[in-house]
Amino acid sequence: MQQIENKEVPPLKAEARSLNFFYSEVQALKNINMPIYDKKVTALIGPSGCGKSTFLRSFNRMHDLYPGNRYEGEIRFFPDNTNLLSPEVDPIEVRMRVGMVFQKPNPFPKTIFENVAYGLRVRGEKNRRVLDDKVEHALKGAAIWNEVKDRLQDLAPNLSGGQQQRLCIARALATDPELLLFDEPTSALDPIATGAIEELVHELKQRVTILIVTHNMQQAARVSDYTAYMYLGEMIEFGKTDDIFIKPQDKRTEDYITGRLS
Amino acid sequence: MNESVHLSKQFDEDLTGLRTHVLEMGGLVEAQARAAIHAYASGDTAAVKDIVENDYRVNGFEKIIDEETIHVVAKRQPTASDLRLVMGITKIVTDLERIGDEAKKIAKGARRVHEHGQLTLPRATDVRHVADEAIAMLHQALDSFARLDVVKAAEVIHADTKVDTEFKALVRQLITYMMEDPRTITTAIDIVWICRSVERIGDHAKNVAEHVIYIAEGRDIRHAGKEA
Ligand SMILES: Nc1ncnc2c1ncn2[C@@H]1O[C@H](COP(=O)(O)OP(=O)(O)OP(=O)(O)O)[C@@H](O)[C@H]1O
Ligand SMILES: [Mg+2]
Repeated sequence: MQQIENKEVPPLKAEARSLNFFYSEVQALKNINMPIYDKKVTALIGPSGCGKSTFLRSFNRMHDLYPGNRYEGEIRFFPDNTNLLSPEVDPIEVRMRVGMVFQKPNPFPKTIFENVAYGLRVRGEKNRRVLDDKVEHALKGAAIWNEVKDRLQDLAPNLSGGQQQRLCIARALATDPELLLFDEPTSALDPIATGAIEELVHELKQRVTILIVTHNMQQAARVSDYTAYMYLGEMIEFGKTDDIFIKPQDKRTEDYITGRLS
Repeated sequence: MNESVHLSKQFDEDLTGLRTHVLEMGGLVEAQARAAIHAYASGDTAAVKDIVENDYRVNGFEKIIDEETIHVVAKRQPTASDLRLVMGITKIVTDLERIGDEAKKIAKGARRVHEHGQLTLPRATDVRHVADEAIAMLHQALDSFARLDVVKAAEVIHADTKVDTEFKALVRQLITYMMEDPRTITTAIDIVWICRSVERIGDHAKNVAEHVIYIAEGRDIRHAGKEA
């Protein structure tokens, strides 16, 4: 049965190929090869400092913001087979296709509407009708429309933590990204708000590919289709989430997810 | 099995406690089966009362272990080898409890046979022989659980075919008795039931061995046919 399932590999959305990353002298990623399957949720797990955030940020070229950072290898993006890391590829272009949601909700000190419209305005959208439509669509996509539709002109920082996080997801969705990156999106939220975000992730994968970093093993098991275990900058094991959580192949993965000292 | 210790010492203790209870339950069930077969083969039916009464202890173990399992799942959300161990234990416990029931049935059957029956007919030694094999399977299955030894578990699974074959031969023999002399029917049927319980003990021991392989390797080999 296992073999039958393994045969049906979904199409690729992206793929890291021999990826190395250096913070100046410090090598934070070591020869990472990993597929990101289209319209699936992939969870990145591993102990603190193993390079999860570093890996995630490579996908939207966040590291370019600091001099001295250096990539080697490729991140291929499909269907067009673009190398996201290529110097010829404009990071702004990349960030339009790859959205990011951070650990702490970080709405701008602006209205709810403007938070979501921001990315669209940056990209030159001025038509009020288009903006209204896209903002509404994004807020609906982030499952927060009903809570904010009557107060779009309120300041975003007045929302609850869980609402702020969904607003940030709406902001990331507004530009119709193909890949969404989540870096511990629920670690600052209570269990109810966490549940809402997890539910949202499940709905979002109908239309977007998701890469999520989480320290919560059960969250990784709940929300993801694939799981990758990283350790000291290396990709130790990648597989279907069910396989990783029931029968991991590598003892280091096993020790980590079962909470053992190795 | 993963021999590294958990960050949580309490978690290690919970799992060790669970495994110990399963082995204790297994030991008790094995003793019950042995005593029941001894009562049948020797005609010493004084022990039957004890065997029947001891079954509540078997059931008590089942309850305790079920409760402990639920606690571990609720508190620790076990994953990987821990998850397989906990899931496997819940299944093993069900099989052990059934073996306890079969032992009780054998003991009661032994009493009927010896108190009312015709002892001259079927040969108790044949039944005892198969029963010893089934109980040896159980013993080895428990051993394979204690060490998570898949080689030993695989041997148990193979041994089951032999017990099944011998069971069928015994039944054919008993049917022959019944046809030749209808006065033996009541006793012969009691003995068929005893044989049937013995055969079930072998089946449950085989199940335990399959659960051990699942725990150790994550392979579900149930219903996989002879090639397993
Ligand atoms: N700006 C930086 N300059 C130098 N080294 C860095 C920088 N950011 C991270 N590192 C180092 O790179 C390694 C990977 O860090 P990263 O933040 O990717 O880990 P992580 O897996 O996301 O950890 P956590 O779970 O704690 O968020 C660590 O050793 C870290 O100290
Ligand atoms: Mg991080």
